[in-house]
Amino acid sequence: MIGTQPAPTLTPSEVARIRADFPILQRQVHGKPLVYLDNAASAQMPQQVIDRLVQYHTLEHSNVHRGVHALSELASAEYEAVRAKVQRFLNAKEEREIIFVKGATEGINLVMHGYGRLFLKEGDEIVISALEHHANIVPWQMLCKEKGCKLRVIPMNDAGELLLDEYEQLLSDRTKFVALTHVSNALGTINPIREMISMAHRYGVPVLIDGAQAAPHMRVDVQDLDADFYVFSGHKMCGPTGSGILYGKAQLLEKMQPYQGGGDMILSVTFEETLYNEIPFKFEAGTPAIAAMIGLGAAIDYLEGIGLDKIDAYEHELLDYATERFKELAGVRIIGTARHKAAVISFEVEGVHPHDVGTILDSEGIAVRAGHHCAQPVMQRMGVPATARASFAFYNTKQEVDALIAGIRTVQKVFG
Amino acid sequence: MSAPSQLYQEVILEHNKKPRNYGLLSEANRRAEGRNPLCGDHITLTLNLEGDRIEQIGFEGHSCAICKASSSMMTSTVKGKTVAEAEELVQQFREMATGKLNPESPESRLGRLKVFSGVAGLPSRVKCAVLPWHTLHSALHEEGAVSTEGSADPTARNE
Repeated sequence: MIGTQPAPTLTPSEVARIRADFPILQRQVHGKPLVYLDNAASAQMPQQVIDRLVQYHTLEHSNVHRGVHALSELASAEYEAVRAKVQRFLNAKEEREIIFVKGATEGINLVMHGYGRLFLKEGDEIVISALEHHANIVPWQMLCKEKGCKLRVIPMNDAGELLLDEYEQLLSDRTKFVALTHVSNALGTINPIREMISMAHRYGVPVLIDGAQAAPHMRVDVQDLDADFYVFSGHKMCGPTGSGILYGKAQLLEKMQPYQGGGDMILSVTFEETLYNEIPFKFEAGTPAIAAMIGLGAAIDYLEGIGLDKIDAYEHELLDYATERFKELAGVRIIGTARHKAAVISFEVEGVHPHDVGTILDSEGIAVRAGHHCAQPVMQRMGVPATARASFAFYNTKQEVDALIAGIRTVQKVFG
Repeated sequence: MSAPSQLYQEVILEHNKKPRNYGLLSEANRRAEGRNPLCGDHITLTLNLEGDRIEQIGFEGHSCAICKASSSMMTSTVKGKTVAEAEELVQQFREMATGKLNPESPESRLGRLKVFSGVAGLPSRVKCAVLPWHTLHSALHEEGAVSTEGSADPTARNE
């Protein structure tokens, strides 16, 4: 924290330069300029990442960790360089704490299998929150069903903020695992996970953080947070689909069981016995998504080139501007009004179903998500079947917020 | 490609605003529920069959405009029709919504239901328009509940 100094943000000319890096932002949809506000679902890739993929496929491709030939060594070196990059990006203590997975969902499932199935037993309790994405609910439910564990859910208030007193009450000697989202994908709430992790640690309970909606938008320091596991997806941070990261503390990863069996995760195999490889390779069976991970490395370079602090500050400016402009719209309600929010606005247009909102905005070239956002319990708690959701990235502009406001007025006119 | 907003024609908006046959029948000999799990559309359909004729029909639900207008127009179209006539419309509506039947063709009995032909260009909205027709089919066959996922998915590749 730098006291009263305002955080550095992106200037309009910097944003213009950034936008020029994203070829897709130049295209039209239904004859209108694309206004892409579905970044929480998946962010776009800059030319730098696309070029890196092309270069890899054109000149560098081979399998990793196998061949003695030049290309295999090149591919392996480029691929492993990403691990070091991610280690720095998350400020992890060691490179071997970075496991390559295909996305946040796989990371959570890996921990459920590798840790949960090995160490949890009947009567144990798993604590999650009311804000979780299905990806951080269903794996734990599967584990509860298999082992006879109990799922406990931290409730939230009407603004979409978790109730920490209730969380404190839920924690006990029966609690054996805690899984929490850093930022809610449906509402944008930023949870006080540093404090929540420390509360769980008082009971000696490991904590997994779903960082899918946080890693692209703010600086994450897993050592400062003292997170035991942290997962995120590459495609939500300007990288390719199929790339993702599981961070885990080395001493936990070491005692976990492998997730999948196959090549690369072994030291030696006979028909009697297999000796598993060291971490991280113990968890990386089979030929990985080499190009996607190298692309993720390029995406991290790109984001760090801009600066996560600047991205964070600029996106908050966009959020504040959009929140103010939404107030001008009669009959439109923002769902999720937490004090600490990422640049996500879930909303409801009175008398109009979110899917109709989404379809009409689409005809204006505006891409938003409409539906339950894979967070049905959040929707039930907020008393809505679904919402429309605009989610912003650092390449969005205030003009695009204005286009969204105009688009919502069009929706209201059509249904007026 | 036509703009998706062209789907929202006057007649659809009007049926959405003032749906016909809205409200469940207090006494019905057929009832079914339809759900579209991906978007949360949920309708309940009640009807009275006398012999093989649909004498009364009513629906309720929470859904988007496309689904509500489709429910409204479905109920007003099939009221008074025989089961066989209704089933033919179920089939034809489904074919139109997936772009397999031109509603202007001579074999089409869809008439004013052709306002929904635009959903064929919007795969994510096909299920919204078809849900009431699936629910009707399920009520006529006393199946009780239908979901647009799985075998009843109008956009499934095996269709």
